[in-house]
Amino acid sequence: MTARGDHRRDGAGLVCQDLVKAFSGVTVLKGVSFEVRPGSVVGLIGENGAGKSTLSSLITGVLPPTSGTMRLDGQPYAPASPSEALAKGVVLIHQEIRLLPELSVAENIFLGRLPQRGGRIDRARMNREATEVLGSLGVDLDPRRVVGGLSMARQQEIEIAKAISRNPEFVIFDEPSASLGETETEHVLERIRTLRERGTGVVYISHRLDEVLDVADHVVCLRDGHQVGSWTRGDVTRQDLVNAMVGREFTYEHVAPRPSRAETVLEVEDLGRTGVFEHIDFTVSAGEVLGIAGLVGAGRTEVVRAIAGVDKHETGRVVIGGRPLKGGRPSEAIKAGIVMVPEDRKSQGLHLDRSAEENVVLPWERDLAGGGLMTRKLIRRVGTQQRERLDIRGRMALPVKSMSGGNQQKVLIAKWLVKDPKVLIVDEPTRGVDVGAKMAIYEIIRSLAAEGMAVIVVSSELEEVLGLAHRVLVMAGGRQQGVLTRDEATPERVMELAVPGGATSESFGHDESLAATAER
Amino acid sequence: MSTTNPAPQHDSSTSEGTTPTVPAPRSADAAPETPETTEPATRQTPRETALQWFRALPGPLLGLILVVVVLSFLSPYFLTERNLINIVSQNSDIGIMAVGAALVILIGGIDLSVGSTLALSLMTTAWLFKVHDVPFTVCVVAGLIVGALVGLLNGVLSTYGRIQPFVATLATMSAAAGLALYVTDGNPITDFPNWYNAVTSKEILGIPLQVFILIAVYVVAAFWLRFRPTGRALYAVGGNAEAARLSGINVTRTKIAVYVIAGLLAALAGNIVGSRLDSAQPTAGTADLLNVIAVVVIGGASLSGGSGGMLNTFIGLLIIGVLNNGMSLLNVSPNLQPVVIGIAIIVAVLTDRGTRSRLVHS
Repeated sequence: MTARGDHRRDGAGLVCQDLVKAFSGVTVLKGVSFEVRPGSVVGLIGENGAGKSTLSSLITGVLPPTSGTMRLDGQPYAPASPSEALAKGVVLIHQEIRLLPELSVAENIFLGRLPQRGGRIDRARMNREATEVLGSLGVDLDPRRVVGGLSMARQQEIEIAKAISRNPEFVIFDEPSASLGETETEHVLERIRTLRERGTGVVYISHRLDEVLDVADHVVCLRDGHQVGSWTRGDVTRQDLVNAMVGREFTYEHVAPRPSRAETVLEVEDLGRTGVFEHIDFTVSAGEVLGIAGLVGAGRTEVVRAIAGVDKHETGRVVIGGRPLKGGRPSEAIKAGIVMVPEDRKSQGLHLDRSAEENVVLPWERDLAGGGLMTRKLIRRVGTQQRERLDIRGRMALPVKSMSGGNQQKVLIAKWLVKDPKVLIVDEPTRGVDVGAKMAIYEIIRSLAAEGMAVIVVSSELEEVLGLAHRVLVMAGGRQQGVLTRDEATPERVMELAVPGGATSESFGHDESLAATAER
Repeated sequence: MSTTNPAPQHDSSTSEGTTPTVPAPRSADAAPETPETTEPATRQTPRETALQWFRALPGPLLGLILVVVVLSFLSPYFLTERNLINIVSQNSDIGIMAVGAALVILIGGIDLSVGSTLALSLMTTAWLFKVHDVPFTVCVVAGLIVGALVGLLNGVLSTYGRIQPFVATLATMSAAAGLALYVTDGNPITDFPNWYNAVTSKEILGIPLQVFILIAVYVVAAFWLRFRPTGRALYAVGGNAEAARLSGINVTRTKIAVYVIAGLLAALAGNIVGSRLDSAQPTAGTADLLNVIAVVVIGGASLSGGSGGMLNTFIGLLIIGVLNNGMSLLNVSPNLQPVVIGIAIIVAVLTDRGTRSRLVHS
């Protein structure tokens, strides 16, 4: 504890001075300077590709800087490896959760340094210490429990506990909220506040400006590797940050009025699957955007997957254009005109090693080729068409992984628009994309609806649902809690329905059991 | 919707025009669009096309050129027309099996049963002919069906049965090898109709018929993989099965079909062996498994699936063929030859990985 006290003296802290990083001639970080004091939180924001992750790699010894210096508590600091950074008290919490599902919570926390006694693992001590660490974070979790099956939010907490158990002086969070819903994110922010009180310095990297404004004492903004701004809490508004990130001003547009007398395109009747979701009933008309809101684990994704034929459903039916689907086969739904942009573009949406244009034609090859051949020319023609239609930046002939997150997402959406579908389902359409691409994707969704497509938007970001949807269906615990019209759907009203009982903290445990069932 | 462009300066470098900074597709195999069969791509600028050709070149082809150059200095017989034709025709059975193995590996599977399937289907053909006096054409068809059935079993076990392909095909390998011995109590069967023998002995323009069969199999497979939706689906399934399924591809059916094709091709290779030896040995082909997989791996395919192609598999076949042939010409002990093949596999994989990472980081 004496070490903690030392941090309070002047000169303590992590100081970065003119950090520059270049990869084979391309400079991705161009002179970034900032300082993290013990017991303070620095928010690091910027669009994808702005250099945030590179910066965190420099600080945690993953990469060496090309030039510039760092000092840790007044001493020169140049970690040659992550383990050296760790030894000096700097830990990184990755964006992706990297726990071993077969091991217990405690084993995961102490992996690589399991307490031993007489050549054997001292389980009693390990579990006791794990309980202490979890307790210090305010997390109530049995350390003997196996990690597999726990919700993402829980696993994120274990990641944090794992980092804290090393008694770090500085913790870097690399977009911990990317895969979390709002309530879960609030829990992570709560842990960060705990860390701050303990005297730990925190760097919090995020896209989500509200979170950063909420938790950070200082905010640093990067754009194209440049440091374009740094502010102190209270001196900065959300709009300032948005402007700094994108380099220009923009405003949110409002939802176009719902089409007055449109025909119903999709009917979902009493859809259900035991233990996952039940009694889902709604319709979507041509030109309408239906939002599906709810906490993570509420069953939103499961419902739309069933509609798109990706998973089976046990009760009820999906009717499109008056014709019921058998269900359980994506190809059937696609043929009927229901397509889905899945939530995880890397594991479910795209073939990252293949070219963008090949990704785009994939679901339609039989239609496009007919009895003939998928020639390069044909693929190129469709790819170019879609590139122009959605304003995709980048070469369609190159592997899609060479594109930025926002453009990858556009490729994924383009893939499902080749043959204009009747119903477009988008699940987390802007996950992991920067603000500019986000706006572009919203614009795409709006114009598709304006052209008469029925659209279903599933999102953990309330703002996104409310900004796009004509009606909002709210789910909680696998059940449909209500369908709100545009005017009824205030953030407060939606949250009320999304959180049964009204208390956000209670819903947390509830979610988890559901997420676990869904993951099964 | 073009009004909301986040960072034009960031992205413009990847728009039209040449750019050395973007990672390029590594080889013909990473994506089937690169020059692979006949049609040289007529897109982009000539410079880019040339660049792409050059990028498609490294790895297996360079290895082959190197081996050929070295051997041509070491042995005067090596570069003779007769010898070169022999290299291809002697390896046509392995080459045909390698097509099936490459397709299976492309979808992220593995087929250990190819050699045993060859033996079983060949013995079925011979046994029906000699023991049951069935017309020989019918026997050949029956042999092909048996090969396809073993493939079907492999496919069903590894999809519906949810047994890992390694384990499923290990089991069928053992069973098929046993059955092949069982039907004749381990005795070979000889003496087939003359026309059967001609499949390997007949020459057209000085080239044995089996070479034409081999090349036909490669061309059809390459064409299918590149131009037909069902063939192209193999890359999608092997690269990311879940994304393929969500794209409306029937992943299970695709996988089963690929195992059936592999079984069928093993049976076809069995006919080449039977015709060449004019006899059916119950252990024929069972020693070929490692060579077959070596061909595919030296051709640059990854066992994790999603990459591989027919041109490179053929190059892999030539490398194996040339190495074995060269060592025989140089009187290298046959016991030492597998060692050299082993080294070739390691060198192929290491250089391949080097090329990949260099391109990714450029």
